[in-house]
Amino acid sequence: MQMRRVVVTGMGAVSPFGRGVECLMANLTAGQSAVTAVPELARITGLRSWVAARVPGIDPKQIPRKFRRSMSSMSVFATLASYDAIAQAGLTPEACTSGDLGVVIGSTIGPTQVIEEFFRDFFTDRSLERMRSTLFFQIMNHSCATNVAQALDITGRILAPAAACSTGCQAVGYGYELIAMGKQEFLLCGGADEFHPLSAATFDVMTAASTRYNDCPRRTPRPFDHDRDGVVCGEGSGILLLESLESARRRGARILAEVLGFATVTDPISIANPGAESMATCMQKALLDGGLAPGDIDYVNAHATATLQGDPAECEAILRVFGDGIPVSSLKGHLGHTMAASGALELIATVEMLNRGTLLPTLNLDAVDPSCAGVRHVRGVEAIPIQRAVKNSFALGGVNSSLIVGRYAYD
Amino acid sequence: MTDQEIIQGIDKALLEEFEFNADDMRPEAALGETLGLDSLDYVDMVIVLERAFSFKIRDEEAIRKIRTLGDIHAFVIGKYRQQEREA
Repeated sequence: MQMRRVVVTGMGAVSPFGRGVECLMANLTAGQSAVTAVPELARITGLRSWVAARVPGIDPKQIPRKFRRSMSSMSVFATLASYDAIAQAGLTPEACTSGDLGVVIGSTIGPTQVIEEFFRDFFTDRSLERMRSTLFFQIMNHSCATNVAQALDITGRILAPAAACSTGCQAVGYGYELIAMGKQEFLLCGGADEFHPLSAATFDVMTAASTRYNDCPRRTPRPFDHDRDGVVCGEGSGILLLESLESARRRGARILAEVLGFATVTDPISIANPGAESMATCMQKALLDGGLAPGDIDYVNAHATATLQGDPAECEAILRVFGDGIPVSSLKGHLGHTMAASGALELIATVEMLNRGTLLPTLNLDAVDPSCAGVRHVRGVEAIPIQRAVKNSFALGGVNSSLIVGRYAYD
Repeated sequence: MTDQEIIQGIDKALLEEFEFNADDMRPEAALGETLGLDSLDYVDMVIVLERAFSFKIRDEEAIRKIRTLGDIHAFVIGKYRQQEREA
């Protein structure tokens, strides 16, 4: 089968820094942290991680009530990010309704806050008489994808991958494959998640959440650092508008990047603990998919969430595939772990790095841990022209994924 | 509570829930055509009114005949007075 080339022509970000790709990049470049203390977490018995990276200052009323009524926060984030991606790509309302545009957006789980509120009310008298008609539409697994489609009048395919922290990366990868195969002309791809104490508790119960920096939240998480102590949960949404190269050129759209390769694999050695071998296999398969050699890659945007086991495993895998010279950084120090959004949000930042010729460092990496040594860590903002980058996302459940994006060379 | 106070209570509850344009909230306003409510909104409208006036109306036959905001006013006033008589 003749595969088509796939490019990125629009991006939208609702990140823990706020709305917009410019807002994201300005804060990342300035070395800002979006992590804050969350006092309500300190009042939960047994929870030891009291920090998070929450999305500030979003007005859901920018979305008409007709569509907003069926949305939890994660769908609001995804919809606003989709509005921005569509606007940047210059896609017309006619293109949205043409059937050529589809949606590939997923989340880790449904909105826990909405479910909690429903059951809190339900258990007062076990009555369903107060149940809202829109409850199901907020909690169904494909809520983000379908809410975006409804709000933008999209009539193409809908896919809602759910692979925890790999969701965003997988969504872009699956979108890339669908367009390459000619199944869709355009796809809004990405992930979204909203914070709930259960997110922090999920990692805390496995002793993988950051607990030692509750009184100085900006100093955590600390990917690759000697004093790292785990994940800081975040929220948000990253959305990329993918389309075929022919379509982008025909429309005269500005091409932000080309998607060059993708792979996703499962690691059955553990449902919780990451293994370097599968991570390396994933990156190698992505290279193979793109017909690329390790030497063609200039930068790796790591998954690295600052866990004791995950960071060294990823370093070992990168070292095995690319050697010790390739620049590596993680954006979790700035953004926390935005879960299903992380792969897409960090991919957006990676695309911006390609276009700006600037590498962003790992925030809070003060002293590289010996277990994470060997790779070339980016320690400060570096002005280095890069052509191609790998974006990794490695999820609980043993779901690994790697994407390769490159600068598009205009003729 | 006077009829006018009941009407104000209805309009306030519906305005908050459905974010109507206040200028559209006239008694003759059609719930569907003018105010833009659909079948999902009708379900939630019943819940909003039940919460605001502490009565149960979901299974009332008269609910299905409501077409305008004025119909809601009349229905709720009637239900409220009935509840007063039975108290």
